[in-house]
Amino acid sequence: MIPDSAISFPPSPNANPALDDDQLLHVSLGPQHPSTHGVFRMNVVLDGETVVSLKPVFGYLHRNHEKIAEGSTYLSSMPFTDRLDYICPLTNNWAYAHAVEKLAGIEVPERAEYIRVITAELTRLINHTAFAGFFMGDMGAWGSALMYAFRERELILDLFEDLTGARMMSNFMRFGGCRNDLPDGWADRAKKYLATFPAFLDELEKFLIGNEILLARTQDIGALPAATLVNGGITGPMLRAAGVAYDLRKARPYGIYDRFKFRIPIGEKGDCYDRFMIRFLEMRESLAILNQALDQLPAGEYIHPKAKIRGFKAPAGEAYAAIEGPKGELGFHLISDGTFTPYRYRIRPPSFINLTLLEDMCLGLDLADVVLILGSVDIVLGEVDR
Amino acid sequence: MAATESTTPAATPPPVSEWSLPGMGLIKGLVVTGANMAQSFYRKDRMTTVQYPEERVAISPNFRNFPFLAYDGEDPATGLRCTACSICEKECPPQCIYIVMDRDENGKALKRPKVFDIDVSVCMNCGICAEVCPFDSIYMDGEYEIATGDRFGSLVFHKERLARSTDYHAKLRPAQAAEVAARRKADAEKKAAAAAAKEAKAKAEKEAKEKAAREAAAAAAAGDAPGTPPP
Ligand code: SF4
Ligand code: SF4
Repeated sequence: MIPDSAISFPPSPNANPALDDDQLLHVSLGPQHPSTHGVFRMNVVLDGETVVSLKPVFGYLHRNHEKIAEGSTYLSSMPFTDRLDYICPLTNNWAYAHAVEKLAGIEVPERAEYIRVITAELTRLINHTAFAGFFMGDMGAWGSALMYAFRERELILDLFEDLTGARMMSNFMRFGGCRNDLPDGWADRAKKYLATFPAFLDELEKFLIGNEILLARTQDIGALPAATLVNGGITGPMLRAAGVAYDLRKARPYGIYDRFKFRIPIGEKGDCYDRFMIRFLEMRESLAILNQALDQLPAGEYIHPKAKIRGFKAPAGEAYAAIEGPKGELGFHLISDGTFTPYRYRIRPPSFINLTLLEDMCLGLDLADVVLILGSVDIVLGEVDR
Repeated sequence: MAATESTTPAATPPPVSEWSLPGMGLIKGLVVTGANMAQSFYRKDRMTTVQYPEERVAISPNFRNFPFLAYDGEDPATGLRCTACSICEKECPPQCIYIVMDRDENGKALKRPKVFDIDVSVCMNCGICAEVCPFDSIYMDGEYEIATGDRFGSLVFHKERLARSTDYHAKLRPAQAAEVAARRKADAEKKAAAAAAKEAKAKAEKEAKEKAAREAAAAAAAGDAPGTPPP
């Protein structure tokens, strides 16, 4: 029997002697915690209720997507991109198709571009309504808000099901267009549905925004200076809530976004309240884009006639293309060696990069605020862990 | 509440400032909840719950889950359109298709599958197999009540389980089936026409050859005839 004293453990390289205080409480929040939006873990050190240190732990949902993609054909990776941010599969599809199109220099017909914009903006509506519901859940108002949000989401998913064949795992974009055309009457049904959406938004705003508990919980919580956010690579609503008007749809217009009239909502302080509000404002802008796109929708091809589905090969080269996903800049970096499979396949997931400043936002606040701040970042673990 | 062009702040101050009474925002919210609850008794668009399995929502004509194999005619054993070309097997993202080509005793490929298995516990319902198949053989099914208590055996669908008649396809996806049927008919006609043309050409050539041979023979016979001066 080896005496305990004979075993010596080397000090952990990450050990922080300041945290070795008996008065501090180390809490492992997650990975199975209802507030962690999936299997995300935070190792939190608390002094009473106050957060002294917070270390995020990722990887519980790691699926090796990037490496698997290097061994499978370009088309085979498309359905896997659905599973990145599973709330918004269609924007993931688009980002990937966009990168491959850039790599291989494929043209996209006009109608396909319109279909893409329509599906992407509907996805943004889904994401932001669901965000509002989940965010309320993080605050303790589990139930009504999320149910109302999901009621609307289901109706949009019905549209998606008719269009793509699946409610969530759409696998819809192809290199050079979309997999199929809009079914008969789809555009009219979408228009009819969108006409009811502003009323829902009004109701949800009335329901939530004046609520004193929400204001008390979210205002002045988790704000960071805009410069820090920019340096941290934060994108999407989180960055815009801090007053930086950076939206790829305007900053680096892709697809046909330069044809639409819409505004970029920005916030003032970048606290949780602004992050919450900015999503409501963005939904209104998305509605404006959707109405314009559905009105202008041209006839024509939904996929380039020369687009190759079977045995697609990209020319040797390298490409990075990004779109403004509902959560931020969603980019794909592909390196091709001219074969059927990418040589390197790399994703820039907005949720993951937006999470990197989590500790900075939470230090000095209460544990309950950590849950809220995590909610306001709007992460999906499928995308964080890939 | 208005979104603004880049420079001016967009997130407006909370409407609560309009109210002098604290708690008014909460009450407004409760009114919304109450209205929703009340409306859920009489407004159709608020009655969202479907009492499955007593009630069912009609599935969308585009809905897909697991693939099936189409066969022509009555007998799935002989009518399968699949030629076991393995294109779907290669493109299937999670690699859940397993195909073995049927061969005769000399090892010659019979262009039909001996084994065609899909592991539906792995299949991710992507529809890529149906998209890439060049022989109109594999399509996506819409059947969704296929839960089973058996964890292993019954989740691997063999070709007998996968086979579905073309009538089934026509009922499930009328538009797609009609398009495929029309294309296949046109192809078959074209093929038949081409075959007929080829046959006619071969026949004409054969006849021409025979005629030439006959003429040559006749000429030779004439040449051999006694009394004719050599040319
Ligand atoms: S289903 Fe189609 S693609 Fe797959 S092996 Fe049969 S013929 Fe080939
Ligand atoms: S639907 Fe997709 S995962 Fe399923 S067998 Fe076909 S290609 Fe494979």
